[in-house]
Amino acid sequence: MQTADAARFAQTPFVRKKHRAELLARCVFGGMTLGMIVPLLLIIGYLLCQGAPLLSWAFLTTNPSSGMRKGGLWPALLGTVWLVVTALCVSAPVGVFAAVYLNEYAKDNWFTRIVHLAVVNLAGVPSIVHALFGLGAFVLFAGLGRSILAASLTLAIMTLPVIIASTKEALASVPLSFREACWNVGATRWQTIRRIVLPNSISGILTGVILQVSRTAGETAPIMFTGAVFFKNVEEGNLFAYSLKDQCMALSMHLYTVTTQVTNAPEPLPYAIAVVLLGTVLLVNAAAIAVRVYLRSRKKW
Amino acid sequence: MVTTNPPTTAFPVAGAAAPARRKIEVCDLRLSYGAKEVIHGISFDVFESEILGVIGPAQSGKTSLLRCINRTIDFTANARVSGVIKVDGEDVRSVKSVYELRRKIGMVAPLPVGLPLSIYDNVAFAPRTAGLRNKNQLDVLVEKGLRQAALWEEVKDRLDSLGTKLSGGQQQRLTIARALSHQPEILCLDEFSIAIDPVTTMRIEEVLKELKKEMTIILVTNLVQQARRLANRTMFLWKGEVVELDANQVIFGDAPKDRRTYEYVNGIFG
Repeated sequence: MQTADAARFAQTPFVRKKHRAELLARCVFGGMTLGMIVPLLLIIGYLLCQGAPLLSWAFLTTNPSSGMRKGGLWPALLGTVWLVVTALCVSAPVGVFAAVYLNEYAKDNWFTRIVHLAVVNLAGVPSIVHALFGLGAFVLFAGLGRSILAASLTLAIMTLPVIIASTKEALASVPLSFREACWNVGATRWQTIRRIVLPNSISGILTGVILQVSRTAGETAPIMFTGAVFFKNVEEGNLFAYSLKDQCMALSMHLYTVTTQVTNAPEPLPYAIAVVLLGTVLLVNAAAIAVRVYLRSRKKW
Repeated sequence: MVTTNPPTTAFPVAGAAAPARRKIEVCDLRLSYGAKEVIHGISFDVFESEILGVIGPAQSGKTSLLRCINRTIDFTANARVSGVIKVDGEDVRSVKSVYELRRKIGMVAPLPVGLPLSIYDNVAFAPRTAGLRNKNQLDVLVEKGLRQAALWEEVKDRLDSLGTKLSGGQQQRLTIARALSHQPEILCLDEFSIAIDPVTTMRIEEVLKELKKEMTIILVTNLVQQARRLANRTMFLWKGEVVELDANQVIFGDAPKDRRTYEYVNGIFG
C-alpha cells in the first residue's frame, strides 16, 4: 500500500519539467522587476548625493541671487504649486464630469465612439504640440497673455484625456447590477450616480486625478511658451506672491535653464533642483496612495 | 417552428368567485435587440391578487419580458419594443412618470444585489428616492419591508452593518425587502431562488403566499415545481412565444392543450 502511494505521488519527468519552467518564469519576471527598481533607486541616490551640499530649508524658501548662482528656488517652487493647483482646478471637474457623462449617460452611437477615439488620441499628443495650441488659443486668441492662467489651462488640456480615461475606468468598476437595482426602484440616473456610483468609485477617481499632479509638475514644454519665465523675484514666504495674471517660474523650467543657460552655476545646483522637483512629486504621489488606501479600506463589497 | 399562440385565456383566478380585475395587460408585445427578435408578439393578462408563474428554459425571453413591464428595458441601447403593455389600464410607454411606474412594481433580480449601503439604507433607498425624508415613516417602512421579507428577526440588531456583508440568502431577502419598501402593487420575481438554499427558498415561498393577499405577483422561475406550488396560473414561455397559459390544474394536469407543455413540465424535454 505504502509503495503504491509513493509511486502515485512520485515526480514524473513531466512534473520536473513543469517545475523547471516555473522556476525560469519566476526568475525572468523577478529579474525584470528588479531591473525596474534598481535604476530608480540609483537615480534618486545619485541626485541626493550630488545635490546634498545645497539642500536646506533656506534653499526652498529664498529667491535666487547672483544670476541664479546663489540663493534658493522659492519662486520656482511656488510657481509650480500655483501652476499645478490651477491646472487641476480646471481639469479635475471638467474631466470627471465629462467622464461621468460618457460612462453613465451617453448612448453607444457613432458620435460617442468618435468622442472616445478623440479622447484616446488627445492623450497621445506630444506636450510640445499642446504648448503651441496653448500659445495660439490662450495666450494670443483669448488674450490672456503669458500668464499662470494661460499656462495652467494648457496643462489642464494636456491632462484632461488621462483624467477622463482613469475616471471612466473607476466608474466602470462599479457593477452594473448596482445601477439596475437602483433603476428598478425608480431612481433616476442622477440619483443612482450620486448615491451609489460616485461614492464607490471616488477612490479610483481621486487616484487618477492626483497622479496627474506629477505629470503637470514635470512638464516643461507646455509652460515654456505660455507663462513660465527665466527669473522672477517674489516675496519670500508669501504663498500668494503670484496672481493668475502673473508670469511665474517653475521647477522644471528652472532646472532646464540652470543647466543650459547659466554659466558657472555651482555643480550641485541642478541636482538639488531635481531633488526638490522629484520630492514634490513623490510627496503628492504618497498622498495619492494614502487616499487610496483609506478609501479602499472603506470599500463596501 | 410553427407558431402556436393560443388566444389569451381570460380565465378568472381559479377558485375566485368573481372574475378578477386585469392588473397587467400585454398585447402583441415584440422585443428585439438589434436585428434579433427575442419576444415574438405575445399577449396575456395578469389578474389582480394572483400569482402568475412564468416557466420556460433559458433564452425564452422571461427576464426581457419583466424589463419591458417596468421599462428598465429603456436602459438597453439597442432594444426595440412594440406592442402595448398596460398596467392598471395605463400604457407603460405613455405614463407620466416612469419612476412612479417603477415604484409601482417591485423587481427582484436572480442574483441578490445588496447595495453597498447599510441594511437600513438598502431598504430605505427606494422611499428616499421617492422623496421621503421623515425618519419615523422611514423606520416604519424599513421594518415592514424587512418583516415581510422574513429578514427582520435576523438583522434587527445590526441595521447599521453593511448589506453586502450578509449571506447570499439574507441578501436575497434584503433585495425582496427593498423591492417591497416602495409599497408596490405588483411584485416581479425573476428566478429569485437560484442563489439561495432550499430552506430559505421555502421561507420566501411562505412569504409570497402571504403577499398574494396584498399584491399581484409575477413569478419567473426555472423550477417547474415552484410554479406548481405557488402559482394560480402558469405561463409556459418558449423561444419568445407563449406556448400555453392556463390555470395550474390544466398546465400541470394530464392534458394541457399543448403537447410541449406536458413534456416540459413532466421533464420529458427542456
